[in-house]
Amino acid sequence: MAQVNTLVITGYGTNSHEESAHAARLAGADRADVVHFADIVARRTRIEDYNFIVFPGGFLDGDDLGAAHAAAQRWLHLSDADGQSLLDRLKEFIGRGGLALGICNGFQLLVKLGLLPALDGKYFERQVSLGHNDSARYEDRWVTLKVNPQSPCVFTRGIDTLYVPVRHGEGKLVPLDDEVMRRLVAENLVTLQYAHPETGAVTMEYPWNPNGSPLGIAGLTDPTGRILGLMPHPEAFNHPTNHPGWTRGEPATLGTVLFENAVRHLRGQ
Amino acid sequence: MLRRIEVGLRPQVTDTVGRNVAAKIRASLGLNVESVRLVRVFTVDGLSGDDLARMVAQGVLHDPVLQDAALDLLPAPQGAAPADWVLEVGFRPGVTDNEGRTARDTLALVLNADRRSIAVYTSAQFHVTCAKDAPLSRADMEHIARDLLANELIQRFMLKSRDEWAAEPGFVPQAAQVTGASSDEVAIIPLSSMDDAAMLAFSRENTLALSLEELHAIRAYYADPAVRQDRAALGLPADPTDAEIEVLAQTWSEHCKHKIFSARIDYENRETGRREVVDSLYKTYIQGSTKTIRQRLGERDFCRSVFKDNAGVIAFNDTHDVCIKVETHNSPSALDPYGGALTGIVGVNRDPMGTGLGAELLCNTDVFCFASPFHEGELPPRLLHPRRVMEGVREGVEHGGNKSGIPTVNGSIVFDERYLGKPLVYCGTVGMLPKEIHGRPGWYKKALPGDVIVMAGGRIGKDGIHGATFSSEELHEGSPATAVQIGDPITQRKMYDCIMRARDMGLYNAITDNGAGGLSSSVGEMAQDTGGCRLDLSRAPLKYDGLRPWEILLSEAQERMTLAVPPEKLDAFLALAREMDVELTPLGEFTESGRFHVVYGDRQVACLDMDFLHDGVPQMQLSAVWERPAFAPECECRLNPAPAEQGPLLHAMLGRLNICSKEYLIRQYDHEVKGGSVVKPLVGVKRDGPADAAVVRPLLGSQAGIVLSHGICPKFSDYDTYWMMANAIDEAVRNAVAVGGDPDRMAGTDNFCWCDPVQSEKTPDGQYKLAQLVRANQALAHFCLAYGVPCVSGKDSMKNDYFGGGVKISIPPTVLYSVLGVMDDVNRAVTSDFKRPGDKVYLLGDTFRELGGSEIADQLNTVGAHVPQVDALAAMDRYRALHGAINAGLVTACHDLSDGGLAVALAEMAVGGRLGARCDIAAVPAPSHGGAMTPTELLYSESASRLLVTVKPENAAAFEARFAGSACACIGEVTSDATLTVTAAGAPLLAEGVEGLARSFKATFDW
Repeated sequence: MAQVNTLVITGYGTNSHEESAHAARLAGADRADVVHFADIVARRTRIEDYNFIVFPGGFLDGDDLGAAHAAAQRWLHLSDADGQSLLDRLKEFIGRGGLALGICNGFQLLVKLGLLPALDGKYFERQVSLGHNDSARYEDRWVTLKVNPQSPCVFTRGIDTLYVPVRHGEGKLVPLDDEVMRRLVAENLVTLQYAHPETGAVTMEYPWNPNGSPLGIAGLTDPTGRILGLMPHPEAFNHPTNHPGWTRGEPATLGTVLFENAVRHLRGQ
Repeated sequence: MLRRIEVGLRPQVTDTVGRNVAAKIRASLGLNVESVRLVRVFTVDGLSGDDLARMVAQGVLHDPVLQDAALDLLPAPQGAAPADWVLEVGFRPGVTDNEGRTARDTLALVLNADRRSIAVYTSAQFHVTCAKDAPLSRADMEHIARDLLANELIQRFMLKSRDEWAAEPGFVPQAAQVTGASSDEVAIIPLSSMDDAAMLAFSRENTLALSLEELHAIRAYYADPAVRQDRAALGLPADPTDAEIEVLAQTWSEHCKHKIFSARIDYENRETGRREVVDSLYKTYIQGSTKTIRQRLGERDFCRSVFKDNAGVIAFNDTHDVCIKVETHNSPSALDPYGGALTGIVGVNRDPMGTGLGAELLCNTDVFCFASPFHEGELPPRLLHPRRVMEGVREGVEHGGNKSGIPTVNGSIVFDERYLGKPLVYCGTVGMLPKEIHGRPGWYKKALPGDVIVMAGGRIGKDGIHGATFSSEELHEGSPATAVQIGDPITQRKMYDCIMRARDMGLYNAITDNGAGGLSSSVGEMAQDTGGCRLDLSRAPLKYDGLRPWEILLSEAQERMTLAVPPEKLDAFLALAREMDVELTPLGEFTESGRFHVVYGDRQVACLDMDFLHDGVPQMQLSAVWERPAFAPECECRLNPAPAEQGPLLHAMLGRLNICSKEYLIRQYDHEVKGGSVVKPLVGVKRDGPADAAVVRPLLGSQAGIVLSHGICPKFSDYDTYWMMANAIDEAVRNAVAVGGDPDRMAGTDNFCWCDPVQSEKTPDGQYKLAQLVRANQALAHFCLAYGVPCVSGKDSMKNDYFGGGVKISIPPTVLYSVLGVMDDVNRAVTSDFKRPGDKVYLLGDTFRELGGSEIADQLNTVGAHVPQVDALAAMDRYRALHGAINAGLVTACHDLSDGGLAVALAEMAVGGRLGARCDIAAVPAPSHGGAMTPTELLYSESASRLLVTVKPENAAAFEARFAGSACACIGEVTSDATLTVTAAGAPLLAEGVEGLARSFKATFDW
């Protein structure tokens, strides 16, 4: 069985790294290391030692210039202490089948780096973005997510619905053009959609769809299914008492199930 | 050369922010506008046009999927009609521009250039299209600019009409740059030749807030022959330098030295005819009660470090301790609500960060006091409309908390017209420390002689100079704008990441934050560990040239910590900081010289005896006189509206500012980052019922939790601050118990906000206000002792008055009492929402005819005679019994009774559970004094120490057994009909649908 080594990257305003690492450990990862971006640049940490990267939530650079935009420039333009560009390190990671999970601000980073949705395998080309919520407000509320069973995504296998919190101000998906949108749907790269909690149907209705994202899009995968980005926070539901209705005995699956699927996939390799 | 890059949304992307601005113009100013389109502007200095054109083409400052960008002028979107007005708002020179800094760093990164060679200033352009038939005049637009979109204290704006824009499109690039040459100038203050009048004038003109007595003490120090000789030997003048006077004024300020709390007070109680002398309220009542509690607890004492550090530390579990600090940031928030509140929250974060060897930050609590946001009528000069204050503070705390990645888990808002003159902004932070770090207790720190003074984090500018002395004065029309700062959560977050790692690597011996008084205060305090320091200001990193040495010393520029670093570890620390993109600068060393010694290169700036600096301030001598204000008990009307009015009354009560849902605010705060949220601020089926307190699980691998709650009751202050304080403590403890907190493992934090209590021409009722302060402190000692809840930290803010336009507005004396508790098993926590039909509803605690200061009295335009009194012994027995019942799993829901009493609490539980209840108020335990209470009085009295609890029928007997012989009555049961039905001995009183009650509860702030 393959080892599952998880790299949880923090620094420059990322803030959900501890619970993300905790979720990976709960899911059975052999290692879950919280590592500062500076450690990667200094080569104290080597991306090639890991097969699962988590880009956690937070406020990279305070959302200045748009969520994760400045951080994307850092990944695109910096080289590490061994003279290798970080971009090449990421390309190599993806090329050898590593899994990547971007949560909230991490999703925004993956999108702005062009790692998602990567139509036609065109990684590092920005095809979609995430803009301000329709409410023009940051909001913290729990949402129901519907999983697209046709999606190639390895993280969501065997899951129908999820109940997890959103905590963002810029989560509305904006495609470059209509063609990109059409293909996201046609190629089943739309993995997670906001759904009405009672009917289970995909919804555009506020607050069930908290940001007005078209088609209720909450999460995307790439054509390989090995990269997932989503606005909601699965790692924030790591214990039954995180659920806002836990004292009422409301049942739900922990959000860490996404991490369990990642571990299972890597173990199977 | 200055060039502009302008960024706007692509036409197919909805401009939600612009739409929001338009809505705010309509809602806040009542001006009709059709639409607002937003353009972001980056004014860049230091890069060529070619470079900038490339940056635009590559999308370095903008997102090509969302936005279009252009060098110089961004053309209007295709097909769009030109706007009627274009308004551009930018910062004034020297104001923190966070996005400008990020833009600069990003350009430098992409171009591989030196950051310091580039400058970027951001501004926002609003393209306003007027509604049809409702043109806006230039004056209207200036109103929008001044009263909504720009705060002229920190921002400036430019305006063009459509015609002006057509004739000359765009705005000329403008740099918000501070100009000035570096300076090592040290002025000498000829104190020895000044008479009293001249000294006082000097103090006033320089915002020093030094009293005549203090000025005399300073003059006497400089006249001392030993001091003179010492100074001559060092090459310092006989008279004080500007820096020395500034350091003394700051160190001795009310803000830093708490002179009123330390004063010797002659207290006369005319009600009892007793007279006594209180030698320091702080030592007598606050420290005193904590000391007694700790002695009483003996081996079970859970306090670790109290009062001496930036936050109070208590035990949490086998591996960790937790700490708490709450601050206020009132004066800055009055001038610039956004910047003031943002600085408040990121500022208080640095307190736990600088406690012991540095605590991990767990959660925030925020409590605000405002005038009604629906205030109508003229505002006195310099005051902002309360809605603008509220929105600004909300946004400041949102950005400060959310961007720092610290959940805001608890809070409230208190409304009273007297907060128009000064809003109160309480910001608190809980931290967690390992019990042991490198063989030392985590809460322990001590700088050693020879340790290097190191400053980490942001650079120094003129920000907040005189903040400490300024906040020690009342607000007036001419209050200085430099007192305003804007926090930078990300620079602080980067520093925090670096400090946490350095702590675990053992790279420093002590740490403290730079808050009020800047380096003067932080280095001055740490130098007490070793008995001296030598600080070289020429090494300090500056935001811009033009600061004189005393300004560098006193600047309150944010996001800075001061550390004591052993010389052998300095290089490792510097290397770590460089990698983590954190600025770290050695500024001198801690010594045993007995002196606070400051130089600027070769130049002497200040040299003061440590003893004089810290202990030289003369004790204030004050007098206080208590006479009970009369609230004409004989004319207290019986509150007795007809049963037909009871339904509408309940709806009206639920919509009152002090009762209604604050969901609008709460949702904009991240309350669950860090993944340990257990009881959130909103609970119930539809997550819109109010929670009593927060429960957080700080160690994700453990079931142990902390409980965070608060009490605040300024509405009782006009009657008697003694009972105001007692009720605040009771409310905080009660709230914590309601969610499952253990009443025997709680610590308190007291935050006093007062109006000036020193008798003077400006404050003719100072003796009464001081008596109010004495009484509040007496209650604090009595009730902390009775509950066994030690105060471990606290703060006071004593000058919350406003003078202007011939008006004086003083806040009601206000104390926020916060409680931090510990829970072994969070799975035992309870929420306030009704859980299932059939559960029995119990009311714990007696109800009295206590309507003074109550919400119902105000609603019915009457005045109550008696405020609630607290029976601490009965309350504590009740809380212990309830805690036992909760731990035994007997309780399905629990909610405290506070604003609006029984009726509001029942309605809130029903709303939370979307379930009804049938209750009869004849069952309410209400020992009648002076006649039976009317139904309305029973429903809305705000008597203390009461809780509502629901219990499954099968557990009723076991539950009742725990309360045998005490005030506990089953008043009804939860029903499935979604109607709240209340009867009085069977006679119908009200029957209201729960969904309707929810609507009334939420309508007030449906923004």
